[in-house]
Amino acid sequence: MTDTKTVKITYREALKQGLREALINNQKVFLMGEDVGRYGGAFAVSKGFLQEFGTDRIMDVPLSESGFVGAGIGAALGGMRPIVEVMTVNFSLLALDQIINNAATLLHMSGGQINVPVVIRMNSGIGNQLAAQHSHSWEPFYAHVPGLKVLSVGTHEDARGMLATALEFLDPVIIFEYTSLLNIESEIPFDAGAMDIDKAKVRRQGKDLSIITYGPGVYKALAAAEELMLSGIDVEVIDLRVLNPIDNTTIMNSVIKTHRVLIVEEAWRSVSVSSEIISRIMEGAFFDLDVPVRRLCGIEVPIPYAKHLEDASIPQKEDIVESVHNMMQHD
Amino acid sequence: MEDKEIQNESIIDRKIGLELLHKMILIRRFEEKSAEMYTKEKIRGFLHLCIGEEAVAVGVMESLTEADNIMSTYREHGHALARGVDPGSIMAEMYGKQEGCSKGRGGSMHLFDTKKRFYGGNAIVGGHLPMAVGMALASKKQRQDHITCCFFGEGAIAEGEFHESMNLAALWKVPLLFLCENNLYGMGTALRYSHSVQEVEKKGAAYGVESAAVNGMDVLEVKKAAKKAIGYIRKTGKPYFLVCNTYRFRAHSMFDAELYREKSEVEAWKERDPIPTLRTKLLKDGLITKDDIDTIEKKVKAEVQDAVDFAEKGTFESVQDLTKFIYSNQR
Ligand SMILES: Cc1ncc(C[n+]2csc(CCOP(=O)(O)OP(=O)(O)O)c2C)c(N)n1
Repeated sequence: MTDTKTVKITYREALKQGLREALINNQKVFLMGEDVGRYGGAFAVSKGFLQEFGTDRIMDVPLSESGFVGAGIGAALGGMRPIVEVMTVNFSLLALDQIINNAATLLHMSGGQINVPVVIRMNSGIGNQLAAQHSHSWEPFYAHVPGLKVLSVGTHEDARGMLATALEFLDPVIIFEYTSLLNIESEIPFDAGAMDIDKAKVRRQGKDLSIITYGPGVYKALAAAEELMLSGIDVEVIDLRVLNPIDNTTIMNSVIKTHRVLIVEEAWRSVSVSSEIISRIMEGAFFDLDVPVRRLCGIEVPIPYAKHLEDASIPQKEDIVESVHNMMQHD
Repeated sequence: MEDKEIQNESIIDRKIGLELLHKMILIRRFEEKSAEMYTKEKIRGFLHLCIGEEAVAVGVMESLTEADNIMSTYREHGHALARGVDPGSIMAEMYGKQEGCSKGRGGSMHLFDTKKRFYGGNAIVGGHLPMAVGMALASKKQRQDHITCCFFGEGAIAEGEFHESMNLAALWKVPLLFLCENNLYGMGTALRYSHSVQEVEKKGAAYGVESAAVNGMDVLEVKKAAKKAIGYIRKTGKPYFLVCNTYRFRAHSMFDAELYREKSEVEAWKERDPIPTLRTKLLKDGLITKDDIDTIEKKVKAEVQDAVDFAEKGTFESVQDLTKFIYSNQR
């Protein structure tokens, strides 16, 4: 009975609990980022932490993305377990050199001598009318780089538990968190904690069609699945969770089971995560498909400010429902 | 008291004199041999020689302890040799052999030896500076008393990462030696074409970082200045910016026709060659004899030949291991 007990919390609170636990559990862990301390975190995720942990563990940093991300990498080399928060993914472009040329390559360039146990968290996603420079989905960018472990936190359980596991690994981990989910409430197990960071997860079992998605697509796909059930269509929802390295097995098992695949992501279509998943399905499960794979992606436009245009730029629940209906009519 | 100690630095005994001379000659001959092996196509890719700049590597490294961390650039053979990284393992690295100090994964620009606390070999100009700040930060957080020494060229000073790193290091008061080898050229662009303020040491003042410039063609002066800088860092825990004014006698890399400077300029600088400078001084002071010099040259010749033999005898890693060292997957 006790293990079915759940609590209702926001995604923000789940992130906060995970972070707090990490700081309590390991004295080598510290959080560094713009406005993580005195301001309480740009998204209030680390609110109160400065008071609880002090300035040595909660470090406000100047506006020097390359500088402080590089310093986080260096601190990891020096024996610490830094959690670097890049306020949003948009500004991570200024730190790309550090992340790709240093964090992702040092193990290899040193012939296996150097580990880079740094965790880099960034807020991400589209949907608050922040316009083109503040609405990037750079998951495919980072997922492209060997040496980085790339996580996309699409659910409350993962918000609570992925960080703990990320901090156990000696490899650099990039964590995408999503602004649009911060205030959303959901139930998680009362004793929720560390989650694996290797596998995709079947969030909903179904037999007719597989929706493969990540990040903000997960709850949208689950909502679409509920609606589709009313029409008797039983959809399976796969949350990729780990965008690099990608878990092939879970994907292929689902394709073999449902024979129909729709991929949903907010990032721009060309050269995206969905491009990669489709290639893998072609290579690994082509003959198991009943209909061509389809995908709903971000429209290839700098994300506009106006609400109706912004909404039209990324896949919505209604688009998912419609696409699934179309695909089912193929029979 | 301390000043007196530093004063005494320029008064050297026979033992130290021989040691400094030996190290500089080892670097010179090793570099000459590397160039030869490049023309024989044993070494490929980029090869940057530090001939003319030996006094900086040797003078600085003398004053560091085994516990201190070193980070450097792609022009780092001299730093690695002065640090005591095995010459054979460096040559083997340049041959691409798995006996190399980075198992052949790094090459000339990415020498690593964690046992010597030698953390590369970074080939993105300015890219290692933020990491050096982080390593020093980690030392501070763990209350270790070693420092980090970060070598870079004056070209790096135009990069944003230099300015971010100076600010962070000063703001966080971390034990870091910013060691600039000002050889007057970044590839073919002279200092006067790339910096509005050419006495680059003045830039330290903008960040409140204690700074100095020294004649980098005289190993004793470098040693003295480095000792002072390092003493300051150990005493205060704060960063220091030391500029060693020097000159590279050879081309930037093996692909450089040297169109950007006059032969006469190079010849004029060769008059200040750090090796004859020290040799002459030691002879004049009666600390060494001509025989000592012959002995060193013979010893170095053997050391360099041993390095080549080691590299020649080395083996190539199996292609099957190509994707090793991407993830450690260790916890
Ligand atoms: C960020 C970056 N830009 C350009 C280059 C190409 N490049 C390699 S070395 C170099 C000159 C750097 O000069 P300096 O820092 O003074 O060092 P030096 O080569 O003189 O030792 C340039 C432009 C690079 N490696 N990295």
